[in-house]
Amino acid sequence: MAKRIEVSDLNIYYGNFLAVEGVNVSIEPRSITALIGPSGCGKSTFLRSLNRMHEVIPGARVEGKVVMDGQDLYSPDADPVDVRRQIGMVFQRPNPFPTMSIYDNVVAGNRLNNRKMKKAESDELVERSLRGANLWNEVKDRLDRPGSSLSGGQQQRLCIARAIAVEPDVLLMDEPCSALDPISTLAIEDLMAELKDRYTIVIVTHNMQQAARVSESTGFFNLNGVGQPGRLIEFNPTEKIFSNPDQKATEDYISGRFG
Amino acid sequence: MSTETQSPVLVAGEPGAPIRARRRLPRYAPLGLYAAGIALGAALSALTGFSTALTVVYGAVLGTLAVYAGSRAVEGGRKATDRLVTALVTTAFAIAMIPLVSLVYTVLEKGLARFDATFFSNSMYRVVGEGGGAYHAIFGTLIITALTAVISVPIGLLTAIYLVEYGRGRLKRAITFFVDVMTGIPSIVAGLFAFALFTLVFGNDVRLGVMGAVALSVLMIPVVVRSCEEVLKLVPNELREASYALGVPKWRTVVKVVLPTAVAGLGTGITLAVARVVGETAPLLVTVGLITGTNLNPFDGRMATLPVFAYYQLTQPGTATQAFLDRAWTAALLLIILVMALNVVARLISRFFAPKTGR
Repeated sequence: MAKRIEVSDLNIYYGNFLAVEGVNVSIEPRSITALIGPSGCGKSTFLRSLNRMHEVIPGARVEGKVVMDGQDLYSPDADPVDVRRQIGMVFQRPNPFPTMSIYDNVVAGNRLNNRKMKKAESDELVERSLRGANLWNEVKDRLDRPGSSLSGGQQQRLCIARAIAVEPDVLLMDEPCSALDPISTLAIEDLMAELKDRYTIVIVTHNMQQAARVSESTGFFNLNGVGQPGRLIEFNPTEKIFSNPDQKATEDYISGRFG
Repeated sequence: MSTETQSPVLVAGEPGAPIRARRRLPRYAPLGLYAAGIALGAALSALTGFSTALTVVYGAVLGTLAVYAGSRAVEGGRKATDRLVTALVTTAFAIAMIPLVSLVYTVLEKGLARFDATFFSNSMYRVVGEGGGAYHAIFGTLIITALTAVISVPIGLLTAIYLVEYGRGRLKRAITFFVDVMTGIPSIVAGLFAFALFTLVFGNDVRLGVMGAVALSVLMIPVVVRSCEEVLKLVPNELREASYALGVPKWRTVVKVVLPTAVAGLGTGITLAVARVVGETAPLLVTVGLITGTNLNPFDGRMATLPVFAYYQLTQPGTATQAFLDRAWTAALLLIILVMALNVVARLISRFFAPKTGR
């Protein structure tokens, strides 16, 4: 299921503005890869380019290669819709569909794509996904309530359940805990640790302790100044990044000496 | 600053002073002052021959001045200004309500005379004096308005979807511009457009219900586009992205996520657009005309509609002038009720279809 992603010479643009320059990285399957760096350095932009969500923004485009298990995601015959079916995404702010119940939110990926399922089949999928997202026990008695009736942390786990219900190979998470309290954050970190057996997970975070806690590898993005493109400064195993990084900039950032 | 000193509660006036007990005018004081103002106003207006309107105007001005002065003396400048501005805003509201209340009152008073079963069950066929009704006009209005909605809603809604979800660059700007231009088209011009169009195709002297629907569509489409566009813009982008990230194609995202989320606003906007055209007279006058009998087929000949019915009852009364005037007022009353009902429907739509938070 989980797949390796190879990125080579990736340049990401907003119109004519080069936002991220020259990224070369290999993301390992069945592991958690964390991306850290200051605001505006292109972490989220890079993450969104991995499942072609970047091009949803008008004028945004990408140069270079993103290859997932030998298949180039940006080749002319790759369908962005298919790419996104294989690479799921969880956003910074929980965004359950407000018109749908908790149940419908979980099966949304299948329903919206008109995949026909028997009732028993979809019941099973809902329970499996909600259990996978550590939410089942809290919501099993009120699956028909609107998704927006949940608390922020529960909504975010609902969004994770929705993302894993379509059984993607890769799960991208864009600061999934930044709007949550420490308890919900812990629940989601535990969840990530469970999910990494089956998925390739890439997470963007501003919380360096979180990166250190959950990830196997860490990438550090930085930019030289306003208006300059962001770059991947260093990509190494998390232990090495946080104890003995190769680059001075990484060490400065991690130890709080930046700017 | 040492931490031992208690942090002072800051109030207007002396820094560090304790919060002052607020001196207030007693509750009945403003009431009393206004009553006195009105009494004085009555006396003043009696000097020039008593009139109620003048009493109210004098009373409002005098009462406001008295309350302002009293409040300034007792409560201080800020509270006095608050009372003055409250009085001004209330007055502005009252002035704005005068025409509405007066209009509704007049129409009710004069329209209720013929608001009876005959009015709803009879047409004007072979009626020259008393009796008769607007059965034919009521159904004409309903049919033509429904037909207008059938033409305008798909065009308007799809245009709005294009503008919000797909449109880019020059074409989008051009469409937005022309929708703006269409919003400003005088209704008689819309009527003449439909008249000219159908005359070109079907020859002289053609009068059809559908002509009126086309003319009204010219007026309704820009309203639908505008309101639907605003509503669709309100749908958070995060929901679209959430849907894309699940591998849902764009068109399905629009149909199954964006539209259901916006359905309450769309329904409200469309209903209000219908209310906007239901009372149009001029375009129907030149395209649909009027008949005295009942014609329920919009593709064959003249039809009666409520606004045109009211217009002709008023301008061409026969021998029994009062009977014609009464029918005109009742038609006007019915139109107002229709528009009000549509507004109520719009509110109900937005209440029942809004996404439920469930908290």
